Amino acid sequence: MLAQFGIGMFLLTFLLALFSVGAAVAGYFSKSDRWVEAARRSMLLIFPLITVAALTLIYLLVTGHYEIEYVYSVTSNDMPFYLKVTALWGGQAGSLVLWSWLMSAFASAVTLRKWERDRELLPWVIVVTSVTLAFFLSLTILYENPFARWWQTTAGDFVPRMFAPAGAVAITPMDGQGLNPLLRHPGMIVHPPMLYLGFVAFVIPYAFAIAALVTGHSDDRWIRLTRRWTLVAWVFLSIGLVLGMRWAYDVLGWGGYWAWDPVETASLMPWLTGTAFLHSVMIQEKRGMFKQWNMLLIILTYALVIFGTFLTRSGVFSSVHAFSQSAIGPMFFAFIGITFVTSLALLIYRWKDLRAEVEMRSLFSREAFFLLNNLLFMGVLIVCFWGVIFPLISELVTGQKVTVGPPFYQRANGPLFGALMAIMGIAPLTAWGRSTAGTLGRMLWKPAIPSLLTTVILLFLGMRNWIALIGFTLVAFVIFVTIYEFWSGGRSREKKVKENFLVALWQLVGRNRRRYGGYLIHLSMVVMAIGILGIEVYRTTTQKTLAVGEDIQIAGYTLRYNSLAQFPSTDGRFVTRANMSVFRDGKLLGNLYPRYDYYPTSGQMMTVAGVRSTLADDLYVVLVNWENVSLIQAPFKVYHNPLINWLWIGSLMFIFGFLVAAWPDREKEKREE
Amino acid sequence: MQKSLIRGVQGRGKFIIGGMFILAAIIYLIVSATQSNAEYFMTVNELRSKGNSLVGRSLRISGAVIGDTIQYDPLTMNLTFDIAHVPGDNAAINMGGGLAAVLHTAVTDPTRTRLTIIYNGPRPDLLRDEAQAIITGHLGEGGIFYADELLLKCPTKYQEGIPSQVVNSN
Repeated sequence: MLAQFGIGMFLLTFLLALFSVGAAVAGYFSKSDRWVEAARRSMLLIFPLITVAALTLIYLLVTGHYEIEYVYSVTSNDMPFYLKVTALWGGQAGSLVLWSWLMSAFASAVTLRKWERDRELLPWVIVVTSVTLAFFLSLTILYENPFARWWQTTAGDFVPRMFAPAGAVAITPMDGQGLNPLLRHPGMIVHPPMLYLGFVAFVIPYAFAIAALVTGHSDDRWIRLTRRWTLVAWVFLSIGLVLGMRWAYDVLGWGGYWAWDPVETASLMPWLTGTAFLHSVMIQEKRGMFKQWNMLLIILTYALVIFGTFLTRSGVFSSVHAFSQSAIGPMFFAFIGITFVTSLALLIYRWKDLRAEVEMRSLFSREAFFLLNNLLFMGVLIVCFWGVIFPLISELVTGQKVTVGPPFYQRANGPLFGALMAIMGIAPLTAWGRSTAGTLGRMLWKPAIPSLLTTVILLFLGMRNWIALIGFTLVAFVIFVTIYEFWSGGRSREKKVKENFLVALWQLVGRNRRRYGGYLIHLSMVVMAIGILGIEVYRTTTQKTLAVGEDIQIAGYTLRYNSLAQFPSTDGRFVTRANMSVFRDGKLLGNLYPRYDYYPTSGQMMTVAGVRSTLADDLYVVLVNWENVSLIQAPFKVYHNPLINWLWIGSLMFIFGFLVAAWPDREKEKREE
Repeated sequence: MQKSLIRGVQGRGKFIIGGMFILAAIIYLIVSATQSNAEYFMTVNELRSKGNSLVGRSLRISGAVIGDTIQYDPLTMNLTFDIAHVPGDNAAINMGGGLAAVLHTAVTDPTRTRLTIIYNGPRPDLLRDEAQAIITGHLGEGGIFYADELLLKCPTKYQEGIPSQVVNSN
């Protein structure tokens, strides 16, 4: 009964979305405010209706309605309450529901704003968001119905269907299969919604961009209107990516955080274009340049967002994300193709209107560095795209099955990331418009000296790896430039307004939030780079089968295998847990408990590493579950990951920087109105 | 007029040259990284026929595990075993009566090409007679394959019965 109600709600919202599209188009062409208003109201109605449908699904999940196939596949009796709720995005069908839910929430938020000034844009914003929404709703209704229930056909097969096949009998299983154990992790509760929030929020600036193209607004209004949306989208995407890294580090038990698997790479791609977009819109606002380029970037970002959603959820590529397989691939390709080609056609149609107002003159100007930043981000994008599609191309052209792994991405992207870091340091020192090598050089030498001093100190301390030397020098450079920017800005205000230095600094940041928030984000990026350099360059690993009482050594640490315990846990898991002591220079530092959990319901295993984490390094011990572990001896794999903690510290700093940059500034907004 | 035109071209020229330079750098990075890191999927027969030209290259090999040849020292974690050739493409496997049957014939047929694998690490649970092994690593001197990564599938355990590198032909 509830199931029929739920799918009925989706059907209704789908029709409302179609109505919104039609009414908005009709309203625009007939210049009828009443039609546009009708479109807006129908759009506003969608969110509460999807909420009801989604809550219905959550209710079914929580109360264990295993006759529903989706509920059966992602929950089980032994799962705690919060996991049953988050099982909403534990599978394909539910993830699509979440997508639509977020999309409708954002679309409603946008249509609720005051539209007097931008009346012309509104219908097309509604069209774009409604078309996107209708696409995802149609997938839910036609292909991935989360409300389909189990039937047993006359032939004896069990099939999930919405309505009874002829002669079939309704079946109600006693228990479900339960969520994939790998997904039973706190990081998993937040990682997909964060990523989706980022994905979906990028639809809003795209909708405004298309609205501007259709209506012929060649100014930067669409950018100003969506500035905060872009920032929010970008930040959620970033947090989603970092949470994914953290989850991989904690759960997958291979001592790493990023494997360049096609799905990870696909979720990084919209982040790359989004980051480029975030930077280049500033040039359009300040200088009236890069208009065509910004349009192209947001169109690409939208296509990559849909592509990312498709890859995570299609099972086209085998990866850690291949939890679900489905036949919706062709639909996605068609949708991406149609929207991409239409958007490009619109852009070409308006190409001449979007010419730059001023021409770029100097190679050393700030706009030139922004251009360089954009080119490098596109470079990383091309590398990633090539890595994902190269196997397909190679087989088509030569018939030879070839693939590229992490070393490819590291080697091709490494220099590009290095160059991006260098620009991150140089660009804040440049001036707009005319600038020469000389003026830039005068700004550069102050932060350059302590950076080179850092290199000398690192050399003196015995660092000989040239990648690490270059990397840490660039990190130091960006840090010194950022400190210099804060310091010189604060000092000049201190002199001008006669304020205390700290007050001056506070006022300075408060009045230029976007700029100084941006610098804080730069700072957080290089702090993350410290962690990445540490693990990529200096990670070591060792493995050994240990008898009780035996030791294994790594990077100056000694680990002693004390004992092994096997016991059933209350939630149905069967736990095998080792007890190890960590020593350094003969001193006991603490105990680690690497373990693996066996889930009898699904027959799946999960490895949980024992980790000792400090600012200097992580000691990461895995009880290898491949071989039969006995009480006498067990195989262990140990990773020593230097500096990795800075990756997580950097991501917390990143959120702080974002808050500074995005915190509403009422005065400034009023001035701009 | 003439002058400003020239200046315009010059002004744009340096950006075009700069852009070309960056584009060339990106293409170089992609090409060189692809060349040095491409991993080739191969069957045992293909590997044998190409011979020593493959030494040092990154390869991914698929084959049937011959149970009698498995040797494992739990203390050093040194593992060696032989694999027998199995056809790489899906159609041939279906012709041979499915993966389980193909693996069985491969192991029992003494005329099949074989390859010795050396690996250091814990012995996988699924490493047993007539399992399918997908091995990443490189060919050393003397025709021995040094594995960095082992992936094992038992057709009895995985009902789909199609090896992953066939499904994911990418």
